[in-house]
Amino acid sequence: MQAWDADRAQARIRELERLPGALLPILHALQEEFGYIHSDALPMVASALNLSHAEVHGVISFYHDFRHAPPGKHVLKICRAESCQSMGCDALVQHVEKRLGVKLGETTPDHSLTVEQVFCLGNCALSPAVMLDGEPYGRVSPNVADFLIDSSRRAQ
Amino acid sequence: MSVRVYVPRDSAALSVGAEGVARAIASEASSRRLDITLVRNGSRGMFWLEPLVEVETPSGRVAYGPVTREAVAGLFDAGFLEGKPHALSLGPTEEIPYLKQQERLTFARCGIVDPLSLTDYIAHGGYRGLQRALSMTPEDIVAMVTNSGLRGRGGAGFPTGIKWKTVLGASSDQKYICCNADEGDSGTYADRMIMEGDPFLLIEGMTIAAIAVGATQGYIYCRSEYPHAFRTLQRAIAIAYENGYLGESGYLGANVAGSGKRFDLEVRLGAGAYICGEETSMLESLEGRRGQIRPKPPLPALEGLFGKPTVVNNLITLATVPIILDQGAEYYRDFGMGRSRGTITIQLAGNIKHGGLVEKAFGITLHDAIYGFGGGTASGRPLRAVQVGGPLGAYFPASLLDTPLDYEAFASRKGMLGHGGIVVFDDTVDLAKQARFAMEFCAIESCGKCTPCRVGSTRGVEVIDRIIANDNRTKHLELLDDLCELMTDGSLCALGGLIPLPVMSAIRNFPEDFDKPAPAPPTLIDPQNRETRPWH
Repeated sequence: MQAWDADRAQARIRELERLPGALLPILHALQEEFGYIHSDALPMVASALNLSHAEVHGVISFYHDFRHAPPGKHVLKICRAESCQSMGCDALVQHVEKRLGVKLGETTPDHSLTVEQVFCLGNCALSPAVMLDGEPYGRVSPNVADFLIDSSRRAQ
Repeated sequence: MSVRVYVPRDSAALSVGAEGVARAIASEASSRRLDITLVRNGSRGMFWLEPLVEVETPSGRVAYGPVTREAVAGLFDAGFLEGKPHALSLGPTEEIPYLKQQERLTFARCGIVDPLSLTDYIAHGGYRGLQRALSMTPEDIVAMVTNSGLRGRGGAGFPTGIKWKTVLGASSDQKYICCNADEGDSGTYADRMIMEGDPFLLIEGMTIAAIAVGATQGYIYCRSEYPHAFRTLQRAIAIAYENGYLGESGYLGANVAGSGKRFDLEVRLGAGAYICGEETSMLESLEGRRGQIRPKPPLPALEGLFGKPTVVNNLITLATVPIILDQGAEYYRDFGMGRSRGTITIQLAGNIKHGGLVEKAFGITLHDAIYGFGGGTASGRPLRAVQVGGPLGAYFPASLLDTPLDYEAFASRKGMLGHGGIVVFDDTVDLAKQARFAMEFCAIESCGKCTPCRVGSTRGVEVIDRIIANDNRTKHLELLDDLCELMTDGSLCALGGLIPLPVMSAIRNFPEDFDKPAPAPPTLIDPQNRETRPWH
């Protein structure tokens, strides 16, 4: 992830703007590049796709994935769906929140880790499941969660 | 001679350390100067045994599992490359009862082949279905799919052949095939396994659909929670474009397998919205809009993606088409019971000892799936409830485990088979809490298009909170019943329309959980979600 760069954003928009239904691919590309959708990107995307600002804003705010602010250096997604509930994900969420002093959807003050909820990672035979920076982990006990948190923050 | 060693790259296998095991095997082999070929296959679907390592021996593949990085040196010492015994030995893979007792048609290759080897795919019977389809008329292909009895595996169970016939009959300059791979139901992972373990199967199924209805462009809508599946599909599509059978033109593009027919395919990423698993929301999302559902009619088969006739099928539906074309409609139809023909891909999940993928003919009972294959609960405590069919499916008590897995049998017991996910709960589950979660989930994921779902779900959470808090319980249970009836009858799609299933089944089957003393009040919907969802 790199810091917001309008020229780079414009280049990514150009690459994709001709696709049919280009808005989601563009938003994904921007978020992949910068970790979130910078507010300056909105008019750029709107103008490239001949949409109103409201339409673009409406799409960004509709989908859970798109962020309005930069996330922490690492992102931990904890599954809160039924399968993981049956294996104690509520306790896992409580443990992680207490340990980090943040709620789901928040970033630690040192900006090292963002914790998000997710509904199903498709790893339901190995619940509870989490995903750290896009990599899946199964049968995550509080101890395993601590290990993942510690090693990611150490790695920075 | 090089020994083939298989270590899955399936997400579930990776989630318990398959990557480390693969690296350890490679480095151990190189330091011992042993010649091995490491194949990163899909998963066989026995997740409690992952990472499951297989070795190809002259007498067939032999399995070891669950293998840890630390166990790798010991496996080499024991001579696992010759299939010799070790504490982690599971014997010949195909003889493991969990696998042996299945009827794998759609999953025939998953976990066996190298997912990104077209040669492997073809050596294991791949693209025979397409070859046959290319020798048939579109009408005959559609008739074959109709006669096979194949029904939509996403949950609705609509006959696939009839949907295709509508698209075939529509005249248009452009038609589309859309694969719904937005597998959002908790307890399901069959789509992911195919995308990661046998992606050419999906490509072949979509190509056959395209030839059958006259479509030239396909999209796979893959959920963003599946980054590995997305990347595997992208690579598989690129390979299918470049390589063709016997060096002819590619399997995708302007001249599919030398047939002169065009089919282009692209995989698109969702963005974390459960509702985009609903077909019209998915189409909106593919077009670049908010994933709000469209009222039907018009049917997507007539006015679908970009207003053109579109086949929208679940991934498993499309992945089942090749074997029907290859083996014939009768072969497939002979499996199953009643009006549920063929096989169901059961996904055992949650509090289950032997969680995994079980492909069986329709008709196996819940009990046989959960105990015969699943081995009961993971915790060892008594089973108290199962939720079949994802977050919109009913909660069944142990007394309903004799229900056969069959669309109609489930409907007659006010349940739903859905995408085949079975989530098991032990006796620590609180069904009032589960009912509340169902409504909360609906509130979080509602697209906001229709009032019964948008407002009803939030009011539903509030009413359930009052019931749990023992505030005027009888009156509020009546109110909830009324609200659920309204949501069932008045919602535009299955989210608002079916969320009453888990809620009311919890009340009906587990009344004692709604009759307990009031606990400390739970927190309401996360205020953050209120902020991003202004209609709450």
